[in-house]
Amino acid sequence: MKKIFEILEKDARVTPEQIATMTGMSEAEVKSIIEEAEKDRIIVGYKTIINREKLEEEQVLALIEVRVQPQREVGFDAVAERIYRFPQVRSAYLVSGGYDLAVLVTGKTMREVAAFVSEKLAPLEGVQGTVTHFLLKRYKEDGEVLEGREEDKRLPLTM
Amino acid sequence: MRNRIARRLDRVSPSGIRKFFDLISSMEGVISLGVGEPDFATPWHITEAAIHSLGQGYTMYTSNSGMLELRREIASYLKATYNLDYDPNTELLITNGVSEGVDLAVRAILDPGDEVIMPDPCYVSYPSCVLFADGVPVHVATNSDNEFKLRAADVEARITDRTKAILIGYPANPTGAVMEMADLADIADVARRHNLLVISDEIYNLLVYEIEPTCFACLPEMKEGTILLGGFSKFYAMTGWRIGYAAASADIIAAMTRIHQYTALCAPIMGQVAAIEALRAGEEEARRMLEEYDRRRRVIVKGLNDIGLSCFEPRGAFYAFPSVTATGLSSEAFAEKLLRQEKVAVVPGSAFGECGEGHVRCCYATSLSNIEEAVTRMARFVKKHRRA
Repeated sequence: MKKIFEILEKDARVTPEQIATMTGMSEAEVKSIIEEAEKDRIIVGYKTIINREKLEEEQVLALIEVRVQPQREVGFDAVAERIYRFPQVRSAYLVSGGYDLAVLVTGKTMREVAAFVSEKLAPLEGVQGTVTHFLLKRYKEDGEVLEGREEDKRLPLTM
Repeated sequence: MRNRIARRLDRVSPSGIRKFFDLISSMEGVISLGVGEPDFATPWHITEAAIHSLGQGYTMYTSNSGMLELRREIASYLKATYNLDYDPNTELLITNGVSEGVDLAVRAILDPGDEVIMPDPCYVSYPSCVLFADGVPVHVATNSDNEFKLRAADVEARITDRTKAILIGYPANPTGAVMEMADLADIADVARRHNLLVISDEIYNLLVYEIEPTCFACLPEMKEGTILLGGFSKFYAMTGWRIGYAAASADIIAAMTRIHQYTALCAPIMGQVAAIEALRAGEEEARRMLEEYDRRRRVIVKGLNDIGLSCFEPRGAFYAFPSVTATGLSSEAFAEKLLRQEKVAVVPGSAFGECGEGHVRCCYATSLSNIEEAVTRMARFVKKHRRA
């Protein structure tokens, strides 16, 4: 089972038939494990990594540090949920250290992101303060280096 | 002047793949299954350790034997993995890859005319090194029916009073064949009875699939008579660093060191630093590469068998060695036509010895998409050339 996830985590487009060959399992077995994992939300989704810098359209990303007043019984979860439900929020994490939530926000322009933070995020009940870091350059995302392609540097024929 | 180039060189023919190399270099869009090294770059922490050491000024010679710190790490690795005790001061030598190790080993033990028994097919430098050392390579045929294992009875049949050593390398380049401990024990038995040394090239020792790694020196009473050659190139993806080692009894290591100190002086220091880091912290990333090779191995072996190039299951290294006899082409003609017509490069098995004829070596240390595309192109090729 672990083997299947390792393969899919690296490349979601590998087919069950290919996974079957790679692991020595039957195709039916692979399919049923994947279906089960999707049902159990072990596999949460399949996405594509796009380097928007190569497209004409601008996209602004900002990492927001959020300090939160934890609430009785629910701790940080209730505030976190009120934040992550916004579609502008691409990722949200509870973190240790000087602040509580690390939130990755996307928008078309800096103004749009700034407006979201000041009008939607900061005023939320329980949010004590925010610090906004606009991302200047993405080097690596989900294990993939965005710039350049690693070419094969080996000699084409060696013994 | 009689002859500018020494006659000794006439015994060794130039590499059989040179013309393929030139042909590939003139072509675009070739998928190469013809390499003999990992497609991964060295794990970054290893490279980083070497860069750091260069910044610190570690840019000089090391002792002829190699850095003691590295020899100690290798001794602990051999102890932990195979329960073998080698004294880092007297029984280990750091070499410029296993290639230098093979050269030193045969030069250290052979007198002119001494014979060395080796499997056919085998890695190209075995017979050449023996010839350069004025020895005589004696080839023992192996074949796909026996998954290219070396049979003890066949070895014994070739022993003469000039036989000095048996030279083996399992897991094997070019076949991907392995010999498990029971198979090796039979060879050890022959070596013991005839008082022969065994040179065991174990560069691929950790690249095995679904079986346990083997080590010839582990066999009962074989440590004394074995020259164990190991290295970092394949498992840690460190081919360009040129670091290998020899582990053997003190008299043999002293003899090898005597040659090495005048011919190579020492192995490169940055490579030795990198090798220390590899042994201390490289296992996890190397295992990940191993798992990746295993997936690719299954894909290529199934692919080759599906298209009619029958291929036994290789359990070591990163080579598949399918038969091409279904096409009626010699292995060299197959490789050349395949390259010209479908732009897939493989190495003809005949480059590794007579018994490699009828096979080609396909290295699966390349991306899955490359393997799949290569198999698709080979399928088209085989269909066109299949014997009626």
